[in-house]
Amino acid sequence: MTKAKTFGGGIHPRYNKERTLNLPIVDAVVPKELVFPLSQHIGAPCQPLVKVGERVLKGQKIADSDAPISAPIHSSVSGQVVAIEKRPHCSGQDTMAIVVSNDGLDEEAVPASTGTSIENVPADEIVRIVREAGIVGMGGAGFPTHYKMVPPAGTKVEMVVLNGAECEPYLTADYRLMMEESEQVVLGLRLLMKALGADKGCIGVEEDKSEAIAALKQAREAFPDIEVIPLQVKYPQGSEFMLIRAITGKELPVGRLPAELGVIVNNVATAVAVANAVTTGKPLVERVVTVSGSMVERPQNLRVRLGTPVGALLEQCGLKGQPGKVIKGGPMMGVTLANLDVPVIKTTCGLLALSPEEAEPLEISPCIRCGRCVDVCPMRLQPVFIAQFVERGMLEQAEAYNATDCRECGCCSYICPARRPLVQNIRLAKSAILAKRRK
Amino acid sequence: MEQSKLRMSSSPHQHARENTSRIMLEVLMALVPAATLAVFFFGLRALGLMLVAVVAAVATEALLQKLSGRPVTIRDYSAAVTGLLVAFGVPAGLPLWIVAIGAAIAIAIGKQVFGGLGNNPFNPALVGRAVLLASWPAQMTTWVAPFTFLTSATPLGGGARPAYSTLFLGAVPGSLGETSALALLVGGLYLIWRGIIDWRIPVGFVGTVAVFSAVFGGDPLFHVLAGSLLLGAFFMATDPVTSPMTSWGRLIMGVGCGLITAIIRLWGGYPEGVTYAILIMNAFTPLIDRYVRPVRFGAARK
Ligand code: SF4
Ligand code: SF4
Repeated sequence: MTKAKTFGGGIHPRYNKERTLNLPIVDAVVPKELVFPLSQHIGAPCQPLVKVGERVLKGQKIADSDAPISAPIHSSVSGQVVAIEKRPHCSGQDTMAIVVSNDGLDEEAVPASTGTSIENVPADEIVRIVREAGIVGMGGAGFPTHYKMVPPAGTKVEMVVLNGAECEPYLTADYRLMMEESEQVVLGLRLLMKALGADKGCIGVEEDKSEAIAALKQAREAFPDIEVIPLQVKYPQGSEFMLIRAITGKELPVGRLPAELGVIVNNVATAVAVANAVTTGKPLVERVVTVSGSMVERPQNLRVRLGTPVGALLEQCGLKGQPGKVIKGGPMMGVTLANLDVPVIKTTCGLLALSPEEAEPLEISPCIRCGRCVDVCPMRLQPVFIAQFVERGMLEQAEAYNATDCRECGCCSYICPARRPLVQNIRLAKSAILAKRRK
Repeated sequence: MEQSKLRMSSSPHQHARENTSRIMLEVLMALVPAATLAVFFFGLRALGLMLVAVVAAVATEALLQKLSGRPVTIRDYSAAVTGLLVAFGVPAGLPLWIVAIGAAIAIAIGKQVFGGLGNNPFNPALVGRAVLLASWPAQMTTWVAPFTFLTSATPLGGGARPAYSTLFLGAVPGSLGETSALALLVGGLYLIWRGIIDWRIPVGFVGTVAVFSAVFGGDPLFHVLAGSLLLGAFFMATDPVTSPMTSWGRLIMGVGCGLITAIIRLWGGYPEGVTYAILIMNAFTPLIDRYVRPVRFGAARK
């Protein structure tokens, strides 16, 4: 057997996936009130298309934007718009949101299109449907998918890669989708390939998820141009850069587009959303969220209506006591939430409640120059030096050491035996350098 | 649940279990085989020397940190490692007070003057050893034979050449912790297996000495087993603080140490060159770190 593909550097964090790995996806509670932030993606926020007091239907478009990099937002229930105001958002800042009071009827809007099959849908129509369905990268990045489906002038996309690596600890939402909806994953991939005119499709899955690999292999049986590729179990295998490196052997320099290497990467959950949108004509109004962490009593993989406050999900799964930290996403790159009214948005792949002990601030000690941070950095940076430059205010030096290449995967901070806040400092450098460059 | 009790922090929210104290503890554990054999060969004197050195090193660290108003960090075990390594480098007959001075100097001049752990350019234990060698050259080179405690020269220093097996086990005159190749290999391989040290330094170091001495007519196996080569290669040159931070840099460190050691042994005025070789390469470490850097991701497009 050939060795599973991978990249250089990286870490093996405690995966903590056992508790939800074998739990089928179940429906989450649908709350009385849902909150739809106008910004759920990278790019321009949407403008509301509805007014306070108006009745909306499930799947009805309630906000949109003219900007090319943006994606419309749809109500995930039927009910009444009760407010359009600033509400807590997982970014930490209150942002404008449409608040819908659920009437419990789930009355559906007439879909934008009637639903069609891959044979009958032309390439540009796929792109249009994906845009209208409001699909964005569901692995956590949130880049509008339709925008990636039109390659920049002068590039030809030969291969569509689906990211099924799900390398963040705890998270099993993508794994369950690959198991339970492998046909839709493959159909989504074929639709993306058709839209882009790509000849080849690859699904990268970490090799320990053998059941998912088997399910996908079976689903792609009839399509010889699609390959399921086992990847080594290593974080951050699911980073776009590392996935491309593992599958194609090519390294994408920061600042260049994957399309320049002839590749486009999408998450498996995104592919499922694409397949659903094309076959049913219905927009993206729900997603799978793994709710886990040591403080959660009954961890689960939940199918959640977008707009559901995270507090409702924690309640459904039960808490063992006061958590020390609640995280949106995984423990490596996720963000902490201060407010549990924050709603699930298109990029919420996980929700973790950690114990107060796990949330204790770390005791920082002097750097022992061990080089571990250098060894694990998948972007081959020298985090120790960049962080030191930042601490001394030497921004130019940090830039000369390619601070802006950092993907913020957190491997350096994870491994540091002195618990230095490496990626935290590098983030500061990045934003300062980028701000300076914009000037 | 109270939302106000939720801690906010930026990612990552999970960390490796290994921290500085654990690393130092592992090093101490890896030194246990050699320490045990030292006691076996050189009796309770060896135990006394090791204990005194460790206590002196830890006490000096605590005292200096107290005096300068800095947090006392002896619980990271790094001072204990330094103390033990100082004791490993002295002959069994050395008066206890001299090893105490050596350990204190290692911490004071080798480490704390530079601002403590992580800031010292030279391996503290080797600084201590170099100072002792310069200050008490006679006592520091009066070796005794194992078990008998009769004064005799080391194999490298012109003494009798023992059988390889004797040399491998370490039943030869020499410094406390460095005679037994077996014990050092066990400890060193443990550290490599645990990912505490990079194999490139010991392999580069030992390999270069072997090749070099073979090319110039020496006996490679003898040169590898004798003297402080294995102690230096596995436990001194690999000190994270004073060795380079990249894989290539560490290979250069190992090969450089090996070259200097071989040159001193074959043509130098001293029978042993490991101490100076490592100290010299310590001095080059910042330079190596500056120029031997990883290639930027995506820079070499295939
Ligand atoms: S991992 Fe931490 S202690 Fe080691 S070199 Fe990097 S910053 Fe220093
Ligand atoms: S420097 Fe950036 S890319 Fe490298 S390990 Fe740290 S967070 Fe990841």
